[in-house]
Amino acid sequence: MNSKTDDFIKVRDLRQTIGTQEILKGVNLDVPKGETLVLLGQSGGGKSVFLRHLIGLMRPLSGSIKIEGEEIAHLDERQLEPVRRKVGMLFQDGALFDSMTVFENIAFPLRERGEKNEKLIREKVANALELVSLQGQENKMPVNLSGGMRKRASLARAIISEPSCILYDEPTAGLDPIVSDTINRLIRRLQSHLHVTSIVVTHDMISTNHIADRVALLREGKIHFSGTLADLHASRDPVIRDFIEGRSHEID
Amino acid sequence: MKFPYSFPLTRAFCLYMGQAALLAGETFQSIFAGRIRWRLVLHQIVEIGFGSQAVVIITGIFTGAVFTAQIFFQFNALNMSTAVGPVVSIALCRELGPVLTGLMVAGRVGAAMSAEIGTMKVTQQIDALRALAVNPVDYLVVPRAVAMMISMPLLVGECIFFALTASYFVAVNILNVNSVFFLHHMWSYTHSKDMVMALTKGFVFAIIVVIVGCQQGLTTRNGAVGVGRSTTDAVVISSLSILMINFFLTMALNIIFPAGGGRY
Repeated sequence: MNSKTDDFIKVRDLRQTIGTQEILKGVNLDVPKGETLVLLGQSGGGKSVFLRHLIGLMRPLSGSIKIEGEEIAHLDERQLEPVRRKVGMLFQDGALFDSMTVFENIAFPLRERGEKNEKLIREKVANALELVSLQGQENKMPVNLSGGMRKRASLARAIISEPSCILYDEPTAGLDPIVSDTINRLIRRLQSHLHVTSIVVTHDMISTNHIADRVALLREGKIHFSGTLADLHASRDPVIRDFIEGRSHEID
Repeated sequence: MKFPYSFPLTRAFCLYMGQAALLAGETFQSIFAGRIRWRLVLHQIVEIGFGSQAVVIITGIFTGAVFTAQIFFQFNALNMSTAVGPVVSIALCRELGPVLTGLMVAGRVGAAMSAEIGTMKVTQQIDALRALAVNPVDYLVVPRAVAMMISMPLLVGECIFFALTASYFVAVNILNVNSVFFLHHMWSYTHSKDMVMALTKGFVFAIIVVIVGCQQGLTTRNGAVGVGRSTTDAVVISSLSILMINFFLTMALNIIFPAGGGRY
């Protein structure tokens, strides 16, 4: 594959500090168009921080972030809007607007992009709800939904305006295995049907095995490993083996 | 370059003023660029303007009533009870009406703005807005600012109207001041410029409450504790700012609309 032209996301030497702690110490990562990359790493290792940079929610201390060849690291809020229309994001806790119903939440991106046809909005919302198996929940307020339902409603909101790329922040964390499987299948379906480029931040290995085209491991602020799922499983690197097998070296 | 940055309070004050000025600049830039969501403005007018009426009316009635009583007790000893009307009227138009309305609205609306936006901030809803390519200033601050700039002058007018009505009732019906003299003197010494001053102050206080409330909300950190702190700070900062800026406004507006002078 010609990575120079086909990379949807290209990150070079990305550095970030929060307080006095250096979170990202020069991350380099390419995500080809239409691929699903799973970003693994320990909790608190900077995976979510990295994801937030890709949509301009955080500005890097230094380094380069290119989305479809466009440098976004130094764009201001208004200049970032066209980029954000291309890239959807599923937040860890859903981040649904709690003053709106599920329907209004999912319809929000369409209305904000000037869609006036209410019939079309209703149709699209119904399709999105069906896709995430949330039919009949449209009039509920987010506070009355379970964690899994909130996450699925948030996913419906992220995909309704058909972005070319979706960033998932821990999409299966805290969900039961069946709902997790629904979300994994949905990520897979979006990739195979709509050729959506995805980055999935997780530490769920079952999810990783299900959805990943490629896997990267973020460790101590750098990409420790990047390769295919087969490469990951074939690796003899003790850090990777510990991660895959869920092994800690702490003494009981 | 140690001074004044070596003083944490000075640094915090400069930082705060800078953030507030930037937010105000961005808000007015959006308003002048026409990025106004009128549906949200109407919603905010109902929340801010309509919802604040009870508080403002009660404040107006009892301020007018008690101020009238106190002025009467002092002036009656000098046989000047009919001067109560103009004194109360001018004080209400030029100072008490706008300041008290500003303080009440800062307490009710400024706190609500800060709490609502602050909760959105700590639950990543502001980030979700940004991720959906919606500018938080356009979506959250501009509608509140436009609604406040429309509602506040009307609330100030309403407060003054009810205060003067209460003043008339207390003076004439309870304290036996002559009705004709009371109204005649009030009318003679109160000018449209006094009302313009009241509405101008209301407009300026609206900007203070909305910018302070939204700025506190947008910079909220540290979860529920942070929301509580932002809300308290929003009320304290906007109330103190209203009281301080009111003095400078009075001095400036007095040049444009000099006080004094009867019609006769």
